[in-house]
Amino acid sequence: MRVALFVTCLVDLMRPKIGFAAIELLEAAGCTVVVPTRQTCCGQPAWNSGDRAAAAQLAKKVIAEFEGFEHVVAPSGSCADHIRNEYPVLLAGAPEWQARARALAPRVHELTDFLVRVARLERVPGCFAGRVTYHDSCAGLRRLGIKAQPRDLLARLPGIELQEMSGAEECCGFGGAFSLKFGEIAAAIAQRKCACACATGAAAIVGGDLGCLLNIEGKLRRMGDETTRVLHIAEVLTAK
Amino acid sequence: MESRAHRFQANAADSLANPVLQANLRTAKGKFVDKRAIALRELGEADAFEATREAARAVRDSVLGDIDLWLEKFEENAVARGAAVLWARDGAEICRLVAEIGRRHGVAKAVKSKSMLSEEAGLNLALEASGIRPVETDLGEYILQINRNEPPSHIIAPVVHKSLDEVADLFHSVHKTPRKTEIPALTREAREVLREHFLTAEMGISGGNFLIAETGSVALVTNEGNGRMVTTLPRVHVVITGIEKVIPTLEDLCLLMRLLPRSATGQSISNYVSVLTGVKRPDEHDGPEHLYFILVDNGRADVVGSEFRDMLRCIRCGACMNHCPVYQTIGGHAYGWVYPGPMGSVLTPLYTGIENAIDLPQAATLCNQCGVVCPVKIPLPDLLRKLREKQVERNLRPRFERGALKVWAWVARHPTLYGIGARLGVRYLKWLAGGKPSIAVLGTAPEWTKGRDFPAPEGRTFRELYARRRGKP
Ligand code: SF4
Repeated sequence: MRVALFVTCLVDLMRPKIGFAAIELLEAAGCTVVVPTRQTCCGQPAWNSGDRAAAAQLAKKVIAEFEGFEHVVAPSGSCADHIRNEYPVLLAGAPEWQARARALAPRVHELTDFLVRVARLERVPGCFAGRVTYHDSCAGLRRLGIKAQPRDLLARLPGIELQEMSGAEECCGFGGAFSLKFGEIAAAIAQRKCACACATGAAAIVGGDLGCLLNIEGKLRRMGDETTRVLHIAEVLTAK
Repeated sequence: MESRAHRFQANAADSLANPVLQANLRTAKGKFVDKRAIALRELGEADAFEATREAARAVRDSVLGDIDLWLEKFEENAVARGAAVLWARDGAEICRLVAEIGRRHGVAKAVKSKSMLSEEAGLNLALEASGIRPVETDLGEYILQINRNEPPSHIIAPVVHKSLDEVADLFHSVHKTPRKTEIPALTREAREVLREHFLTAEMGISGGNFLIAETGSVALVTNEGNGRMVTTLPRVHVVITGIEKVIPTLEDLCLLMRLLPRSATGQSISNYVSVLTGVKRPDEHDGPEHLYFILVDNGRADVVGSEFRDMLRCIRCGACMNHCPVYQTIGGHAYGWVYPGPMGSVLTPLYTGIENAIDLPQAATLCNQCGVVCPVKIPLPDLLRKLREKQVERNLRPRFERGALKVWAWVARHPTLYGIGARLGVRYLKWLAGGKPSIAVLGTAPEWTKGRDFPAPEGRTFRELYARRRGKP
């Protein structure tokens, strides 16, 4: 199966490791992974800021670069959701592009969902021991139905213990540009999330979207917690 | 009510800095969220809720498609039962009409049960100015009224921002009675004060949860019983409600009632559900001699024909705010007008002007928690996003933000340039972190580091590392 990796702009900038971990997982599932090198961002920041024109231009770029692949996988529920569910909406003014967006949509997947449901990964390559807790990111959970998939994968790591936090499905307060416009509100929401996560006694907070993870990690460090790790699920599943 | 939505940032900062409010918000959240979840399970499995809300959505949508016809039908049937139906274009007209009705019937005192429309209009102050004393009888609204007309912070629980202690102090100082700290004692005290008003008021003013077109009735969903007193004891009853509240039949009411109390307070049914039809007939013992419906536009008619029409399906249950991470953090007052939370962030700009509530549509994480709990399937995050689009179209966003977005979007379409920019950017951030795992003050994103650190990047972009890896055999 030939799979294109949509790296996501945040992973490219902040945590390239996650991208390489995603490649390792996809290869472990028997996929041939291609990373189109001209990719940048899915354009969600423009769309959520109300700039339809910019969002549409970036959408067209992504469609053109990725539509030739059998599947497109992103280590982010938020970006996968944007490409799958929003491109056809935001391209409503350009019927030809909208049709191409619709054709691409069902082949775009969030990483854990793809590994479990499509590629049917058998053996998880990593080895990670200790207690973790999982934060369900909003777009993945409520728009793509990602809930069981990451837990299913985590459970295959011998020595891992998943302790659910209360309010795992509640937003962490990231919200993209929201974080930059309403920093104090975002931080207060993140504080609740961190408190719930830390109450589990987990050594690591795990999630599937880097935006949320940066928000949570930033709050933890500000609260003086230097030890709780904040990890993307791809990092955990490939940990050595 | 005058909007303070343009001061959202300052309002929110006040809320965050108020420890009593913060504690009260925490208590309220658990109550609403957990109770709703339990109550909805009574409908059956998760898909039963989905099926019911889909049916509710369809009913509300179809009414909005022909709203003029349903309103005419309502008017016809209400008039046939002896009511008068009046139309108000805006808040000022509501105030004028109610004052006129009061004058016509020699009213000196009006008892009120909850009406958000009267908040939109600022009715209490207007009535006082025209010599009619309004007395709020919903316990929450009463508390707010005696606290110098404080505005409500929630559409169904107007004093949810207050603690028991604060109410105890207030009653003690306003009623001049010994301070009580037990809830039953406090409610009894309020009841005693209010009883007198129920018996002496000449006019009752209520809102309306639904208008039923086929019978010309108004349905009221309440918990305290004050609604019944207000609508049956005084000679005159005035119902003030938005034009979007009309539904075709009593069957539709039953359907919506399966969702409304469960979504709102987590009750299978509220303590009182009244369906009031017409004036008192000769063979009846109670009910008003005069019944007026004031049906209000105040911005709604424009929304019917717009891309925001879905918003008018709202049945005012409050679930969206109860589940909203932002509302849970700052409470209702910060939103600055009558309606808080996600539904308020859509309604306030639509009803008071997009340019007057610039922050509200932005002050959402688009987490879609509101969208999945809304009993009439209003796509609130989509509507908030559409409002952001309107702001951009109308050039209402700050110049810097527009510029930054434009530059970023242009660069993102030029991969080589983007790659260079990204490379420089992450090196700068890495340098700024100075070997530490996170950055405490980020000049380029000052809002971020107000309450959080910014985690340091690895220092190389994925595209760099990937190219290097591919370069090797
Ligand atoms: S928008 Fe939906 S959830 Fe919010 S108050 Fe209205 S009906 Fe309830």
